[in-house]
Amino acid sequence: MGSGPPTLWEWIARNWDTGRADSIRNLLLDHLVMSLTPVLFSLLAALPLGLACARWRRLYQPTSGLMNVIYALPSLPVFMLLISVTGLSQTTVIIPLTFYGMAVLIPAVVDGLASVPDHVRQAAVAMGFTPARRLLTVELPIAVPVVLSGLRVVAVSSISLVSVGALIGQGGLGGLFTRAYQNPFTPPVIVGIVLVVALALVADGVLVLAQRLLTPWVRARRPA
Amino acid sequence: MITFDEVTKRYPDGTVAVDRLSLEAPTGEITVLVGPSGCGKTTSLRMINRMIDASEGRILLDGVPVEGIDPPTLRRGIGYVIQQAGLFPHRKIVDNVATVPYLLGWDRRKARDRAMELLERVGLDPSLAGRYPFQLSGGQQQRVGVARALAADPPVLLMDEPFSAVDPIVRTSLQDELLRLQAELNKTIVFVTHDIDEAIKLGDRVAVLRVGGTLAQLADPKTLLSRPADDFVREFLGHDRGIRRLQFVPTSGLELRTDLAVAPGASGPDGEPWHLALTPEGRPAGWVPRDEPERLERYGTFVLGRDSLRSALDAALLSPSGCAVAVDGDGKVVGVATRDALDRALAEAADG
Repeated sequence: MGSGPPTLWEWIARNWDTGRADSIRNLLLDHLVMSLTPVLFSLLAALPLGLACARWRRLYQPTSGLMNVIYALPSLPVFMLLISVTGLSQTTVIIPLTFYGMAVLIPAVVDGLASVPDHVRQAAVAMGFTPARRLLTVELPIAVPVVLSGLRVVAVSSISLVSVGALIGQGGLGGLFTRAYQNPFTPPVIVGIVLVVALALVADGVLVLAQRLLTPWVRARRPA
Repeated sequence: MITFDEVTKRYPDGTVAVDRLSLEAPTGEITVLVGPSGCGKTTSLRMINRMIDASEGRILLDGVPVEGIDPPTLRRGIGYVIQQAGLFPHRKIVDNVATVPYLLGWDRRKARDRAMELLERVGLDPSLAGRYPFQLSGGQQQRVGVARALAADPPVLLMDEPFSAVDPIVRTSLQDELLRLQAELNKTIVFVTHDIDEAIKLGDRVAVLRVGGTLAQLADPKTLLSRPADDFVREFLGHDRGIRRLQFVPTSGLELRTDLAVAPGASGPDGEPWHLALTPEGRPAGWVPRDEPERLERYGTFVLGRDSLRSALDAALLSPSGCAVAVDGDGKVVGVATRDALDRALAEAADG
């Protein structure tokens, strides 16, 4: 032992928990924080904005246009721009990812509300729901399946995109890729890719499970 | 009672949907609004619970103008059934039915108990309570819609083409069910349809509206069929108006022959081509031709006094003998209406 490059398993064992910031374990935790925080924030921001766009339809075109422009911006220059404000911190990664998430979730909220059949909405009005109660107990629950499928896209893309943050030293598992670039050596790349993909799969699985639990009435629907 | 007092609905673009409509929907009766599309029937209905507000005139609910009542409060006191049922897809059947009780702040258990009671009342298996709307057929969904409208026991029920999206057989059974429920509940019902047959079947009073939202005629179905106010109403009623009118002619005045109904084992009267064989219980067994005493042929029955002359005529046309069998409420034979007897009754109906 000791002579020649370590094998994949030796490298993992040696780097899993070194107590340093760049141990695999800490990178994984950073990755989780930096990818899931934007998912949560983008959902919190997209709900009121989506509701506003659904309520005042004229807002929707400019809002979705603006969000698409933001979505089209390459992440690297955005990071560079933000460094002057938020520095080399996790926040610099979290902010653009939150906007990317909003670009997907605002249309999802609008489409979800549009998926409420007109006769259902009419019935709710005729039964004597107040507008607020109708929104909370009829329209939003019916919008959940569409919003959740948007959320799945956001979660997976967010987990994948965090890696780019490695270029400013905040990439979670993406740090493993830059390390391999500086010093050609394959185990970190393999570990990085496997963990990012595994994280994405787990996040997606959790959301699919949530969909099953939250919307049994969709599963109950007969195939069209 | 619901009163329309010179009600007009004019939209900002100048379209007039309802034009100075005045009519009354009496308490405990079914008032049907019928007319071609564009006659403002749905608009009129929706002005009652303020889903649409009238531009001019007033709508009174038992003398109180609806414009003074807060819409959600007003609507919780008025049952509403729409064409596609409008059930909430994300709620179980029992919770769909309990919607208005929940809105009124009933205790959850009490609301659900009430919902279960109503499911049975509208003829649904209580085991459907835990299902979601998509698991039910169109006819079942529509029954749930009716149960939901009745849940808080509102005195008034508005029904907007509730049975037009289901197939004809289901529609007939839903109509019969509504009449049965109404006989028990005596709600004040305003029913919108474009189907004149449905209007005549269900309505205590029928308001025929013409395009542009004006009232062409308001009458009970029998009067509507016998004395249409103008060519529009006559045309709207269709060609077989005469036949349909027979459903309002009673059978209590029919002359019946009792000698043609024969107890088991006995033989028929002489000189008659057919006689009716009875079962030991006195129910009809079948028509027997004189030449072949072993044969039993089809027969048609009507309940004397309850069914109309139209049913009696239908019963006669179903039998090879050409006679209709009159039965009592238990299905026991009380006599036979021959072609001659039906002929005389038809002649009287045509005069009257």
